[in-house]
Amino acid sequence: MKNNVREKPRKGIIKDIAPLLVTLIIAIILLSIFPARQEAVLKISWDFFIEMGTILPAVMILMGLFSVWVSKEMVVKYLGKTSGIKGISLAIFFGALPTGSLYVAFPVASVLIKKGARTSNIIIFLSAWACIKIPQEMMELQFLGPKFMVARLILTIIFVVIMGLSIERIIEWSDKKAGKTRASGL
Amino acid sequence: MSSAAIFVNIFALSCLVISLIKDRAKTKQSLLVAVKSFFRILPIVLIIIIFIGLLLGFVPLDLISKTMGEQAGFGGVILIASVGAILHIPALIAFPLAASLLKGGASVAAVAAFITTLTMIGTVTLPLEIKELGKKMALLRNGVSFIFAIIIALIMGMML
Repeated sequence: MKNNVREKPRKGIIKDIAPLLVTLIIAIILLSIFPARQEAVLKISWDFFIEMGTILPAVMILMGLFSVWVSKEMVVKYLGKTSGIKGISLAIFFGALPTGSLYVAFPVASVLIKKGARTSNIIIFLSAWACIKIPQEMMELQFLGPKFMVARLILTIIFVVIMGLSIERIIEWSDKKAGKTRASGL
Repeated sequence: MSSAAIFVNIFALSCLVISLIKDRAKTKQSLLVAVKSFFRILPIVLIIIIFIGLLLGFVPLDLISKTMGEQAGFGGVILIASVGAILHIPALIAFPLAASLLKGGASVAAVAAFITTLTMIGTVTLPLEIKELGKKMALLRNGVSFIFAIIIALIMGMML
């Protein structure tokens, strides 16, 4: 039993590190064939390493904090019955919180559907979860600058809301149409 | 350290302090999650850092600007948006990669399209999305996302 528990993560680590070793070997081979490029490649990689190192630990701490403090139940409770502008804002807010990958969001969305939450809120929540996440915005701020980050953030929020509302219309419309043909068929 | 990094670190630190005051056990658990996810993402972070070095060091810059730069126009934006939609790399890693493309001569619109489709559209997560949300909603969300990603990218290109 104990052995099993220990084996698993070790296998996972090997699986994670193998591609890194391959990349490293390819880089070493390339750089020894073309020594003239060494300086440029190493300098670029080093600069990105430093930029990443100054921000990644903080981002990870934020994600850890929010994944523990904000529970799935909380999201479902608040998003389940709100609608209108309040619903939209809450959907964006909960989606943007630094918690987990999309794999976590789909089950939450599925519970929301069963609870009768509005389609638009679910779509907005999922899209915000995918692309308006706070850690992502921080990386964007760091690597692409405040102008780029703010412009894309505002545009994304606007279009995610439009998308949520229009997909809701399309689904309602097609459900109604399906209902009609079924009714006329009877 | 850049001002962005300072801001993010101060923000994380204040959240950590608030959490510590409110609940010690939960804070400890959070830090454990943070350390675990840090080491889980570390290999791919290092891969991307090496990859960016090789990309900017070896690939001729006019090749990047020809396929993704201003001169590539609308076709270039569509092309890189499709690449972003298919690729499955962690979003956090996408930003340094996007920055390196921008440095290499890609246009603002192309880079914005790449990031937006990469984060919004998931081909790998699509089966799970269909299972949890149904085919109609999942396909609509991903399809409409692609169109809006292109629109966002084009507006970004005009603005910046």
